Amino acid sequence: MPTAAELKREGTGKYLVVYLCILAFAGLQFVIAYQNITASQMFRRMFSVALVEAGVAVLFFMHLWAEKRGFLLFVVIFTVFVLLSMQFGWTDSFRLIHCGGYCS
Amino acid sequence: MSQADLTMQRHSGGMLTDRPFAIPTKKLAMWLFIIADTMTFSACLVAYGFLRNATPDWPRPFHSIVNVAVMTFILLTSSLTMLLGAQTAKRGDQAGAFRWTMITALAGVMFAVLHIREWLGLIGEGMTLFKNPWGTGLFGAAFFSVTGLHITHVIAGVIALTIVGLRYKGGRYNADDIEIVGLYWHFVDLVWMFVVPFVYLMNLAH
Repeated sequence: MPTAAELKREGTGKYLVVYLCILAFAGLQFVIAYQNITASQMFRRMFSVALVEAGVAVLFFMHLWAEKRGFLLFVVIFTVFVLLSMQFGWTDSFRLIHCGGYCS
Repeated sequence: MSQADLTMQRHSGGMLTDRPFAIPTKKLAMWLFIIADTMTFSACLVAYGFLRNATPDWPRPFHSIVNVAVMTFILLTSSLTMLLGAQTAKRGDQAGAFRWTMITALAGVMFAVLHIREWLGLIGEGMTLFKNPWGTGLFGAAFFSVTGLHITHVIAGVIALTIVGLRYKGGRYNADDIEIVGLYWHFVDLVWMFVVPFVYLMNLAH
């Protein structure tokens, strides 16, 4: 069993801190769920927290931060670009709910 | 060395010797798979969000957050145990790495059991793919699709962890393979970070 000093040297302590941060962010989402706010506000807040949580997990748990900068940029830019491209249909969902499908 | 190899090296220099992005090919393949799977889950979640936003009588059937909180804690902790397994494997401690990997797989099993138990509870309340007692029938299809896809990934991850762990212990695989299967497990955890707020927390009964 490694000693505390060995664990600290190898950066396991850093991962424990990252883990506790991710747990805190998850807890924050549960707190947001019980706030008296509109659905869109709740979505924005939860999405922001989820993004930060995921970012921390990808960078440190998945070691993307330790990889070559070119690879990190490839993963981030390519993934974000495609994810953003998927969002074109949201205006249609608002049209459906406000116009009942009959708006031009 | 053949004449062809000598010719290639003379004309292409270091092109054939550098690995893409300076990471092992297996790891690159896993990252490419993760990126592709991210698109799949994102498409499911965007479709879910579209339906929820466009449907006025979207049900909010979740009264208790205890189950989803426990599931989240288990999955997040399993990511930590996976990380410890990968680190232990890099240090050369084969028994320790195998132990952490199996603990991670066990956590995955616990998560799957809790999830299926939750599904059975909802089905017992009258929820199916096409109808439910609370609102639009679209809710069931959307909920079971998103969570079903996730739990499939969890179960596949448990199987992968078990196989890789056993082969690592047997000497067929090395520490890199533990790290690579760990990448997949962290991805499964990452997806849950988005499923929980959008599928569960935003549908809490007020």
